[in-house]
Amino acid sequence: MYIKKECVSMLLAGGQGSRLYALTQDMAKPAVPYGGKYRIIDFPLSNCTNSGIDTVGVLTQYQPLVLNDYIGNGQPWDLDRLNGGVHVLPPYQTSFGASWYEGTANAIYQNMSFIERYDPEYVIILGGDHIYKMDYSKMVDFHKKNNSDCTIAVQEVSMEEATRLGIMTCDSDFRVVDFEEKPKQPKSTLASMGIYVFTWSKLKKYLTDNENANTGSKDFGKDIIPSMLGNDERLFAYAFEGYWKDVGTLDSLWEANMDLLSPSVPLDLYDNNWKIYSRNNNMPPQYIGDTADVENSMISEGSTINGKVDFSVIFAGATVEEGAVVNYSIIMPGTVIKSGAVVEYAIVGEDCVVHENAKIGLSPETVENRDEWGIAVVGHNVEISEGAEVLPKQIISKNV
Amino acid sequence: MISTNDVLGLIFASMHDDAVIDLTKKRTMGSIPFGGRYRLIDFPLSNMVNSGITEVGVITKSNYGSLLDHLGSGREWDLSRKNGGLHLLPPFSHVDSGIYRGRLEALNGVWDFVEHSSAEYVVMSDCDVVTTIDFREILNYHIESGADITVVTGKRFYDSAKEQSATVIGIDEENRINDVMINPQMSGECNIGLNMFVVSREFLKNMVVTSASRSKYSFVKDVLQACKDEYKFMAYEHKGYFSNIDTMSGYYEANMELLNTEKRNSLFTKAAPIYTKIRDNGPVRFGLESDIKNSLIADGCVIEGKVENCVLCRGVKVGKGAVVKDCVLMQDSVVGSKCNISSVITDKNVEIGDGKVLTGSSSYPLYIGKNAKI
Repeated sequence: MYIKKECVSMLLAGGQGSRLYALTQDMAKPAVPYGGKYRIIDFPLSNCTNSGIDTVGVLTQYQPLVLNDYIGNGQPWDLDRLNGGVHVLPPYQTSFGASWYEGTANAIYQNMSFIERYDPEYVIILGGDHIYKMDYSKMVDFHKKNNSDCTIAVQEVSMEEATRLGIMTCDSDFRVVDFEEKPKQPKSTLASMGIYVFTWSKLKKYLTDNENANTGSKDFGKDIIPSMLGNDERLFAYAFEGYWKDVGTLDSLWEANMDLLSPSVPLDLYDNNWKIYSRNNNMPPQYIGDTADVENSMISEGSTINGKVDFSVIFAGATVEEGAVVNYSIIMPGTVIKSGAVVEYAIVGEDCVVHENAKIGLSPETVENRDEWGIAVVGHNVEISEGAEVLPKQIISKNV
Repeated sequence: MISTNDVLGLIFASMHDDAVIDLTKKRTMGSIPFGGRYRLIDFPLSNMVNSGITEVGVITKSNYGSLLDHLGSGREWDLSRKNGGLHLLPPFSHVDSGIYRGRLEALNGVWDFVEHSSAEYVVMSDCDVVTTIDFREILNYHIESGADITVVTGKRFYDSAKEQSATVIGIDEENRINDVMINPQMSGECNIGLNMFVVSREFLKNMVVTSASRSKYSFVKDVLQACKDEYKFMAYEHKGYFSNIDTMSGYYEANMELLNTEKRNSLFTKAAPIYTKIRDNGPVRFGLESDIKNSLIADGCVIEGKVENCVLCRGVKVGKGAVVKDCVLMQDSVVGSKCNISSVITDKNVEIGDGKVLTGSSSYPLYIGKNAKI
């Protein structure tokens, strides 16, 4: 027996995140570490729990091991519930055959029976590739007030960014009149954040129709939203003004981490009224040694710092030895930076060892041709041997 | 090897409350914050769990609100279970239980709980020793040596002039206990009782019942001292790192010892982690002018000043231009900008206004009580 829920969230976590290259070789994008002690999925999951939404389906497909392990029974996010809670939903076999999730809409379509159990009025569709704090219950209120069929969260972006995003054109009441994917000449600068609230009865109909039409893409942005617009359904844009950052590329992941070190960026991880929860790994507090020099950085539990750390984010259980230098970099959990190694403008994945005097990345000022400069990246579980060099823009996924 | 399903853990959270009276005014010994993110009870509790013990009773006396809040259902120690798990045993929770005078009386008060367990052996621990220890080895030693009671001891320097409640244990060449002294007038390296014991449930029952009938209540005096010739009491020497919290300066020193990498690494191991209640703080944020040397810093701290030789608990804030040296700052303490404080222990939620200067001494640190505003 299931008790009715007003809202159910569906979190699309199956994408490969191929633009994160080495970092998503062995794990799905939502499992990628962010912000010293979090993984990307902590943000939508914590937002759900903080918004009072206690029923969440997480759709997984690509490399789910790390993600499944991490979500577990959902206890860290208070989502281990008698009725509802978090459920991991991988693709499955039926008596008619089996198929992978073919698109975002198809993934939800294949899990309609999960949603139906809770007989919800509204379904919230979320992604696992953004860092933001958002009260979904306010968006649902907006949806109800407008008697909307589909509400799309939007954010004001620059004209240049608008050409790379899904752009909404609205009337004065925020009713969506037009939607374009990556327009060459944008009619507005309201970009879709990939967060939708649907009236479940409507969504069910459109998912089924889309499945029967078998267009190929089976995607919210490409199929569901345009066909709802075409049928004159009530679509509204919900303007969100807080911090919202894509972490789908290596550059944006690095930037989003660096944002945490800027006092002017409005993403407060210390707000007791909107905590971001994460699975804890029971490590002692961090130790900063006598030879350390730490400034303007974020460092997490279990790490040991004896070297120089500046403008960097250091994750749980990492070690920076005496004489090592870490500047403008992200060092993921369990990684060791040995003595004399220099890491600058780089992302180093989980459980790596950067041996003595290795050099990873360079600061942009030291590179003559700025086009050759970029973040240096080392994937997870990689060893960089003594004195080895990783150049800017280079992506390393095997021991060197 | 014995199955740890046959072992019951008992933790005395309120023993030795008098040793650090300032810190236990509003809490039990077990709930004293320690080492940045822990409470003292986390050590015996994690040791039991890491030794495979899945049923643990926690005996308390008074001021146990903070302890109950910390332990909750025991989930963070993996003790929220169908079978066994964590049992909180405050006074008056069982028929005949009330405010007890000593360990035997406390045991008598909760004996129904102990009796109800199917365990053959009982491991008892107080919360005044910080260490990482494997009770399985001690259980095997207890069984192999045919002891009636095994007392865990540790070798350390003892000086009667500085201590209040140490138990000095004398042993023969086979480690059998032949002398038990409470605070004897002497100094030197001694075998000190670590207030951890292994005993069979039947033997313990016999001791508890006999003592109750004679109105005796002290385990050390009325059992260990009085019956050492009659029964076989063995000492098991714990060779790993440990520290005793028996005075305020002992509490301070035990925190400071965590800054020693060797000691810290023998306390916090990968094989036997110390569990505690999770607070979901952000990582530590270091400001532009921060300067940190030799310090242990827990999550949620925001440091903008200079910090040297300190243990900072979760959520501590140190303002710009402040200098904090040789201090233990408990949860959510705030040190204002341009303060200069050294050898100070602040309890929870202490607020030190901008520009204040506070100085204690390393042998007698200045203690500032909970919620104080300076």
